[in-house]
Amino acid sequence: MFCTKKGYAVVRERCCAMEDEQTIVLEFTLKGSDFNAAGETSSKIKKVLQQIGVKSDIIRRIAISSYEAEMNVIIHAYQGKVRATIYPDRTELVVEDEGPGIADIGLAMQEGYSTAPDHVREMGFGAGMGLPNMARCSDKFDIQSAVEEGTKITMTIFHNA
Amino acid sequence: MNLKEIQKMLEAELVCGAEWLGREVACACGADLMSDVLAFTKERTLLLTGMTNIQVIRTAEMSDCVGIVFVRGKKPGQDVIELAIENKLPLFVTNFPMYEACGVLYEKGLCGCARAVLRHGG
Ligand SMILES: Nc1ncnc2c1ncn2[C@@H]1O[C@H](COP(=O)(O)OP(=O)(O)OP(=O)(O)O)[C@@H](O)[C@H]1O
Ligand SMILES: [Mg+2]
Repeated sequence: MFCTKKGYAVVRERCCAMEDEQTIVLEFTLKGSDFNAAGETSSKIKKVLQQIGVKSDIIRRIAISSYEAEMNVIIHAYQGKVRATIYPDRTELVVEDEGPGIADIGLAMQEGYSTAPDHVREMGFGAGMGLPNMARCSDKFDIQSAVEEGTKITMTIFHNA
Repeated sequence: MNLKEIQKMLEAELVCGAEWLGREVACACGADLMSDVLAFTKERTLLLTGMTNIQVIRTAEMSDCVGIVFVRGKKPGQDVIELAIENKLPLFVTNFPMYEACGVLYEKGLCGCARAVLRHGG
């Protein structure tokens, strides 16, 4: 886990109290199809937010957004990176992957559209709810994708909504 | 309604989390689709499910569920139980199938997540 304080990168295992103006940056890597580890990244982000005392309903929205994006990398892509930047007033999540990309983003954003394979559906995923749920849970949502290259999702959730 | 009362109504076995039995439950959701749990539950939801994989615990953790009831006598594996303990999530197993388990709780006045929103106006 990497933490950046005012732009100077420090490697630390845990980030604790957040002072004024301080920013916490958490970075993780994801491996496609690694279903056992799926959720570990979002769990760590959630625990840091709890430590610094962000309101529970806000943490819930951040954790769900992060977990949906994390699951998408595990399910649909080959590998990816998650960066959570926690500012005093907001959290920014950037989830970027190398993978097949999305040809029609408008279609992918529709509830119920999914290309997830059967073994993913058997685990309880692949209902085509993830992307619309991320858009609903975050205050700002952006998706960029290039076919056969990858997908990048950027989300912002304000702490005092 | 708290978890201890729910355990009694469902004649459920407690798998882990005895220290959290006093927790109040706001509403319940019966689902095998974790996508739906993530999209439609509220804070302090009790999850009833027939799935016992590790993603159920992760989904309940992210969604701030108060506890999980596994229906139709399905018991989760040790890795699943350990992750639940780590996340302070009480787990129960009931022999009732999904429809009956939900029906019992609904009849006793525990509403669904959509109604919880209507009632609390949020
Ligand atoms: N990171 C990604 N890389 C490639 N394709 C993606 C990615 N994320 C989403 N998609 C495509 O968009 C579709 C819709 O995504 P969404 O998250 O809404 O649903 P899902 O992942 O299929 O199911 P659920 O999220 O309900 O488990 C996916 O089925 C897939 O085709
Ligand atoms: Mg998804």
